[in-house]
Amino acid sequence: MKQKKTLLTLIVILILFAFVYGANQFLDPYKMRILNLCAIYVILGLSMNLINGFTGLFSLGHAGFMAVGAYTTAILTMPDVVKTQNFFMVPMIKPLDTMHVPFFFALLIGGIVSGVIGYLIGAPALRLRGDYLAIATLGFAEIIRVVFTNIQSVTNGALGLKGIPVSANIWWTFGAALVTLLFIGSLINSSYGRAFKAIREDEIAAESMGISLFKHKVIAFTIGAFFAGIGGGLLGSLLGTIDPLMFRFLLTFNILLIVILGGMGSMTGTIIAAFIITIGGEALRFLDESMTIGSLVIPGISGMRMVVFSALLMMVVLFFNRGIMGTKEITWDSIAAKFSKKSLAKGGDKQ
Amino acid sequence: MEFSTFLQHLANGISLGSLYALVAIGYTMVYGTLRLINFAHGDIFMMTTYFAFYGVTTFMLPWYLSFVLAIILTMALGVVLEAGAYRPLRDAPKISIMISAIGASFLLENLATVLFGGRPKAFPTVKALTDSIQIGSVSIQKLTFAIPIVTLVFLFGLLFLIHRTKTGMAMRAVAKDYETAGIMGVNVNQTISKTFAIGSMLAAVGALMWGLKFPQIVPLMGIMPGLKAFIAAVIGGIGNIKGAMIGGFILGIGEIMIVAFAPSLSGYRDAFAFIFLIVILLFKPTGLTGEKIAEKV
Repeated sequence: MKQKKTLLTLIVILILFAFVYGANQFLDPYKMRILNLCAIYVILGLSMNLINGFTGLFSLGHAGFMAVGAYTTAILTMPDVVKTQNFFMVPMIKPLDTMHVPFFFALLIGGIVSGVIGYLIGAPALRLRGDYLAIATLGFAEIIRVVFTNIQSVTNGALGLKGIPVSANIWWTFGAALVTLLFIGSLINSSYGRAFKAIREDEIAAESMGISLFKHKVIAFTIGAFFAGIGGGLLGSLLGTIDPLMFRFLLTFNILLIVILGGMGSMTGTIIAAFIITIGGEALRFLDESMTIGSLVIPGISGMRMVVFSALLMMVVLFFNRGIMGTKEITWDSIAAKFSKKSLAKGGDKQ
Repeated sequence: MEFSTFLQHLANGISLGSLYALVAIGYTMVYGTLRLINFAHGDIFMMTTYFAFYGVTTFMLPWYLSFVLAIILTMALGVVLEAGAYRPLRDAPKISIMISAIGASFLLENLATVLFGGRPKAFPTVKALTDSIQIGSVSIQKLTFAIPIVTLVFLFGLLFLIHRTKTGMAMRAVAKDYETAGIMGVNVNQTISKTFAIGSMLAAVGALMWGLKFPQIVPLMGIMPGLKAFIAAVIGGIGNIKGAMIGGFILGIGEIMIVAFAPSLSGYRDAFAFIFLIVILLFKPTGLTGEKIAEKV
């Protein structure tokens, strides 16, 4: 059975590759952009779900970690000429202005820097709980943003960075999303993952079973920050331009919505929700443009899209507050159980 | 720095601090009763300024009338918000309520952008309050003195309400344990509605004075004051009204003093509040006046 599952997983990965190849060949740039964003949001959603959904730490610092990853990756991949063009107000500090690494390593370094900062923030802040942790992490993300606005010689301040080489394409984004999924998936199913879930369910009980709260919380937080950094780096590279205002609380909120809509503690749910929210946000774009129905012309109200979008989200939160999947996953076992309908006595799953 | 300049900064700090304190008390009241961070509080604050703006410009009302109307509308908005976004989730997991609060805040911001436009508008000036008076060599707006006085009046009024009236007793009972309070005959929904009405009223008063002090209004203006007032509430120990007051003053005075004494750090002005918050939380995890939370197994 185990070999069979591995085989099935490989087949799905192959289908995914075929899909990416096909998309790369036939889709227009606008649709490609949306698909890329979907994959990036899968990475971000999974990394936040690891912290919030699986470990039960209410962290609102994702935008800050993304900013760290995005800036690190951008600075490490920008050519010298572009750097001098960008930094016309205040020149860039010494070693950074001529520093270069290939995209892959830049992305990895971005993730690592973000992970290290996640560790430094997490180590003291994780003593806090619930709401207090949420506020402290939100505060850290804001501090990162304010600092990035002010260290002009490194980040170009409020002007942001333009002309970042667009290295991220659909192979990069879907590849990174797949790696994130496999990594976090195997982490969740390891003994670490069981410890995370134990902490989520009841900290005190988990601690008395001998689970080190601090160690596991910091591990989840650091890994989450690492992948948030990777997601940020990809986003910066995809858009070609970043500025501190991009990394406001709103961005964290978007990712949080994906996690909530998908279900706290469900990876497959997160993936589905990432696609729904990203594509849904785009699909509502018609609300901003004027419409003609017969002889009736409805003038477009710009901003209406966001109103409808946020109202829909409110509905989701109010009426299905466990999300699409709850804590369930779509796995080979659950699919097999759907088809075979084994009785419970013979080891079938209760679905 | 000359002593008179210092006094001017101090006066500014106290007046900014009182604004934060007013808004922070609203946060604290809601948190105290529902254990919920009302993320939409800052956006309620923003809506008030628009109500007052349209009252004065479109409906040509005298400023005091339009201010009173704005306060009443804001209170209604607070009550509607609670009934629509928080009441259905009262027994849901805490995280859902928090998301609902963030969602409500997001909705209000977007709605305001569509209804009022994204471009900044000029808040009406009130000559009686925005005039300056000369003391020695320093000129200070009358508002700088009016704000702390208004804040103190509301603070004492609120303390009286909470500790001396039947409504206040119901509020305290609901804050302690709303299920038990309900069994004992307190009308829980009504009490929570009242709490929201009072909290929104404080935000509204704060917003009107904010508008007079910084006369430019935009749909996203509530975010920063909202966050800072919230931080003030947490620093003081959330759920405690006097704590919110103390937190507000510390934050307001601290912020102004940082800009006054270290102008090179003025870009970090917004980070100051957060850094201060984190330092306080690390040493006193429930704030300066917060009580210890007993752990339950």
